[in-house]
Amino acid sequence: MAEQKKTALCTACEKAGGRMVDFHGWLLPVQFEGILAEHKAVRETAGMFDVSHMGQIFVEGMNAWPFLQYVSCNNIKNGPAEGTYFHLLTEQGTIIDDAISFCLSPEKFLIVVNAACVEGDFAWLCKQAEAFHVKVRNESNAWSMLAVQGPKAVEVINQLLPGVKDLPRFHISPFTMFGTDGYVTRTGYTGEDGVEIMLPNAKIQELWDVLLQLKVTPCGLGARDVLRLEAGYLLNGEDANPTKTPYEANCGWVVKLAKNKFIGKTALETKKEAGFPSRLVGFRLKVPGVPRAGCKIFYKGKEAGIVTSGTFSPLFKGIAVGYLDSKIPVEAETEIEIHGRLLPAIVVKPPFYKNRV
Amino acid sequence: MYNEEKCRFTKTHEWAYKDGEFAVVGISNHAQEEISDIVFVDLPKPGRVVNAGENCCVIESVKSASEIYAPVSGEIVAVNEALNADPALVNREPHAGGWLFKIKMTNPAEYDNLLDLAAYKATIQK
Repeated sequence: MAEQKKTALCTACEKAGGRMVDFHGWLLPVQFEGILAEHKAVRETAGMFDVSHMGQIFVEGMNAWPFLQYVSCNNIKNGPAEGTYFHLLTEQGTIIDDAISFCLSPEKFLIVVNAACVEGDFAWLCKQAEAFHVKVRNESNAWSMLAVQGPKAVEVINQLLPGVKDLPRFHISPFTMFGTDGYVTRTGYTGEDGVEIMLPNAKIQELWDVLLQLKVTPCGLGARDVLRLEAGYLLNGEDANPTKTPYEANCGWVVKLAKNKFIGKTALETKKEAGFPSRLVGFRLKVPGVPRAGCKIFYKGKEAGIVTSGTFSPLFKGIAVGYLDSKIPVEAETEIEIHGRLLPAIVVKPPFYKNRV
Repeated sequence: MYNEEKCRFTKTHEWAYKDGEFAVVGISNHAQEEISDIVFVDLPKPGRVVNAGENCCVIESVKSASEIYAPVSGEIVAVNEALNADPALVNREPHAGGWLFKIKMTNPAEYDNLLDLAAYKATIQK
């Protein structure tokens, strides 16, 4: 196994009672006080997550925007400070990663990518960049990132970074804090309002300590997974992978076929025309139980799909997303096999949790 | 109360409390701390006959599922229905209101061979 990587907040997380686990090679807290308490903090007040394992890739040059338009299936916004959620696709139109781009200037963009995909995405982008004469830099090891999420999150951060409350959703702003330059974005992975703050590694603990004093609850990967699943966000590697197109992954809205040219476009046009045998849907268990990744889904006695993410939601009890035969409609009654028993579950369209964002 | 001192334990973190020909079964305080935030207990059906070491119950936390093994052989004669409404009882009172099920023992010698508290604690300190 590769060497265990630690974020700049690792010691601080341990000190705050974090139960540390391996996540794609990173040592990260799965929980502090408890997943249920942390979930509640984010839904009702404010919680913070060390997301320093995520990657920061900068794209610079005159052709930075055309380049991103080419590697993304979505239309990349290029207005000042604008962010765009997009997928990087293979030539076959399948998902390499989901990411967010931010326009720092007409010739400079920041892309935030998933931890497990940093090396792969960077290599892929470098390969595509040759024809565009843009510079692609992987600065993931230099930056730390803290997500502060919840209905009170922006109010708290506004005390440290006045003006954040006026930053629109999916926008970025540079700032100076503790004598260092960083970035703040009005984004998150929880379904609540909030921000994600990027600072150089050496300064992130100062921010963590200040936020602890301001009673922001430290939260781990466990709560993060419940929150994102409730909010219907994909977990790349589980709910999306290079065998699935965005259409199948309930992300058809991310694909803009009207765009002139982008990697995967031709394949997607053909595949969309042919239709897809299965697609990602949500499930709500009608009885107590907890569906998990890998559980089989049955419809009218026949195996019809598989769960890719499942959990216990304090708001909705047993919930899951998974790939189900496309012929089976929303609101159909299915059964999920859990510990050898078939439990009834209703098909729903994610998200489970719809809120202010 | 199924006092810790009077219970016998398995290496898989179940406790058993002898009550005549019956054994009440639960999980140790250490186990509930490790599992944390218990959200569902899939109890066995009363009347089921189990062998010692047989997987007969599942405890679900938010994050994971843990299998529970019968410490002794016998028939399951009662289960803790209160856990259906309040599974977190296992976290709050692992040796009282958080008991799981009751077995009518067919081989009481199995009970005598379980670990006492000191021996159990030694296994978790390794």
